[in-house]
Amino acid sequence: MALLPSLAPEKTIRIALIGNPNTGKTTLFNNLTGLRQRVGNYPGVTVARKSGLLKLRGGNVELIDLPGAYSLSAASLDERIVVDALCGQVSGMEAPDVVACVIDASNLLRNLFLASQVAELGIPMVLILNQYDVARRKNIHIDHKLLSKRLGVPVVKTVATRQKGTEEIVEAINSVLDNPSRMEVINWPEPVKEATKMLREAVGANTKNNLSETEIHRILFDADSAILDRLGNDTGEIRLHLGQARGILFKAGFNPMAAEALLQYEHLGGLIEGIVKHSGLAKTSRTESIDHLMVHRGWGLAIFVGMMYLVFLSVYTWASPFMDFIQSGIDWFQGMAGPWFAATPMLQSLMVDGVLEGVGAFLGFLPQIMILFFFIALLEDTGYMARAAFLMDKMFSWCGLNGKSFVPLLSSYACAVPGIMATRTIEDPKARLATILIAPFMSCSARLPVYVLLIGAFIEPVYGSFYAGLALFLMHFVGLAVAIPTAFVLNKFILKTRPQPFLLELPAYRVPRLRDVAWRMFQSGEEFVRRAGTIIFAITIIVWALLYFPRPATVGEEIRQNFIESQAQFQNTNPEAVQTSLAETDSDLAKRLEYLTDSAYLEQSFMGRIGKTIQPVFDPAGFDWKITVGVLASFPAREVIISTLGVIYSLGGDVDEGTGDLREVVANAKWQEGARVGTPVYTMPVVVGILVFFALCSQCGATLAVITKEAGFRWAVLSFTFMTTLAWLGAVLCYQIGIRLI
Amino acid sequence: MLKLSNLSIGIKARVKAIDAKKSVDQRLMVMGLLPGMDVKVVQVAPLGDPIAIEFQGRRVSLRRAEASGVLLESVA
Ligand SMILES: Nc1nc2c(ncn2[C@@H]2O[C@H](COP(=O)(O)OP(=O)(O)O)[C@@H](O)[C@H]2O)c(=O)[nH]1
Repeated sequence: MALLPSLAPEKTIRIALIGNPNTGKTTLFNNLTGLRQRVGNYPGVTVARKSGLLKLRGGNVELIDLPGAYSLSAASLDERIVVDALCGQVSGMEAPDVVACVIDASNLLRNLFLASQVAELGIPMVLILNQYDVARRKNIHIDHKLLSKRLGVPVVKTVATRQKGTEEIVEAINSVLDNPSRMEVINWPEPVKEATKMLREAVGANTKNNLSETEIHRILFDADSAILDRLGNDTGEIRLHLGQARGILFKAGFNPMAAEALLQYEHLGGLIEGIVKHSGLAKTSRTESIDHLMVHRGWGLAIFVGMMYLVFLSVYTWASPFMDFIQSGIDWFQGMAGPWFAATPMLQSLMVDGVLEGVGAFLGFLPQIMILFFFIALLEDTGYMARAAFLMDKMFSWCGLNGKSFVPLLSSYACAVPGIMATRTIEDPKARLATILIAPFMSCSARLPVYVLLIGAFIEPVYGSFYAGLALFLMHFVGLAVAIPTAFVLNKFILKTRPQPFLLELPAYRVPRLRDVAWRMFQSGEEFVRRAGTIIFAITIIVWALLYFPRPATVGEEIRQNFIESQAQFQNTNPEAVQTSLAETDSDLAKRLEYLTDSAYLEQSFMGRIGKTIQPVFDPAGFDWKITVGVLASFPAREVIISTLGVIYSLGGDVDEGTGDLREVVANAKWQEGARVGTPVYTMPVVVGILVFFALCSQCGATLAVITKEAGFRWAVLSFTFMTTLAWLGAVLCYQIGIRLI
Repeated sequence: MLKLSNLSIGIKARVKAIDAKKSVDQRLMVMGLLPGMDVKVVQVAPLGDPIAIEFQGRRVSLRRAEASGVLLESVA
């Protein structure tokens, strides 16, 4: 085979943005790239990483936003991404050509730690002293020219929130590209050099990997280095040498685990000698006094509950007018489109019940997502989010989650879709995954119609409104009761979570910028539509097709014939008279025929047939084929079961859970065949079974789409399988125990 | 032995040594908590854990178990 000519594009220049968390990296990134950015999902990295175009003298270069990190010791996933990205170990991403390191100007020394580690990689660097306004307020002055001279790299002062210094950054990057400058690196003492050399030889002898000096240092100094994991399974020999290398340090009087921090800080302390000047005394910080109230044992909790209630309320209630607005927009389009396609019923149904319904299905989530992210941005930018995590951590840590799971889980009580997106605020990947997997168990608002219908039809008439209310209340805890042990088991046996440290900086309180908050809000909305929208849309179309096809005209004709005959008999007239009254559109009779026809078509559609075929699976839970079809058809969204039941019971698809007709029909439904023929379908054990089923099942295409996008397809499949199995077990248990008790 | 994990709220103490056995210890050092520095527990969460500490003007929250590697001496 002839070799194809190489199509390798001209190498693009890459610039990586790094820095400690909360230094203003994101703000700078937005300033530098403006709207020319995209969120990429690098393989193996589930948290979306951003990259954007930066205009330089010589043309556009790629600016990559790496996660915030304190050091290169890959203790957290974020740090691991930084190490891998800087070492060129992320597939599809070469090592950067320049590193721009963002530094919090009021904490110069501590922020230089990361820069100093990165310097050892030998990548040209630019230092950005951001939040210079804050430093000035604290009476801190930095001689940045002298700093630049001592470190050997350009140093720029910026105030990202006021766009100050952006051009200077661009200028500095330009100059570094023309004239690569590398930051002064630490001169390690002899024993460290010796240990490094020894380890390098051991690694060289035992793997094909060619590690940089920095990576060797990571193995040497870190308590449990992620680099070792990367080398593969056969690291026994290397570990042996690692012990010896550390022995060298130990003999020389260094604690191997503490040596790096001590030596680096000593080195850096010398470097910035005389560069930072404090004039006057720093005032007692505002943060301190606010914190006193915010995390106070009593008040702090009250404020927390108040804030979280607000967050919940906003997603649960404030979003509805917007959702109603979107829905009425869709309804309007459906009303408009209907007549256009009246000539071809198939196309009409595809447009109205498929396409438009599908568009509505994902647009409907936008208000909730955007409102939630508005609040999350507020909570994060003010610095309160870290405090909230601090307050709640104990409640979650025992089952492997952490305080940051609280907001996503709370939001999931309104809707799991924004809730799962909110897990992005959890840095620990396993805690994040566990939170994603249990979020759909929270009783979301889409379950409410199912609860209301069944409780209204069966529990209220029998036990009265008090118990109906109680039942509705209790239903909200069924999922939670299952979720907590699930999280526990998940962490203990499946994710095998090593307890992750909850080391969290409590950033200073800040007044958020509306621009950043709005940005975050719109970005989350846009991302949802772009990433999950197509999947949700596709699911709607597929389910529509399963419900629509096959549709032989003969079925409709037969129904019509029978209907006319029975009506004629019933009204004591001739069939022609019935036909004329049927011809009047909108007559009651025409509606009834239409509903009967819809019902007949549904029964013999693919979905109806599948439902009938797999009904035996649900038989142990006492579900008849109609409930089974309802369950299947509600795969795109739980509440769809209501309209499906409406169609099945020939009431049309416009029924809602409060409709008396549907309640009545359901309450009177009888088995039409099989062993239970003639007895009511919806006995109390069956009703409780359906309630439990819908509390636990995974009938929500949007949730699965979002899990796919946030965690991967594998986890979406697992989530679906697990929840469906649990839901089935729950329903079967309710029924089997129920029939033995009653 | 006085450890950061059982330091009372509001009392200032000096870091005598850091175990540096766990990665949390290393992380604390990277964040700037080094021997010889003063540290104070400024807040305790409602359920008794985690705690928030302050050193060098930086506030950090961590679980009590994670603070056990930091050995302290009292300052007069
Ligand atoms: N006063 C001030 N605040 C800033 C500056 N840069 C960023 N911030 C604020 O610092 C907080 C953290 O910024 P962000 O960009 O999210 O930091 P990241 O965590 O490093 O990405 C936000 O509330 C910003 O508005 C600055 O130069 N001055």
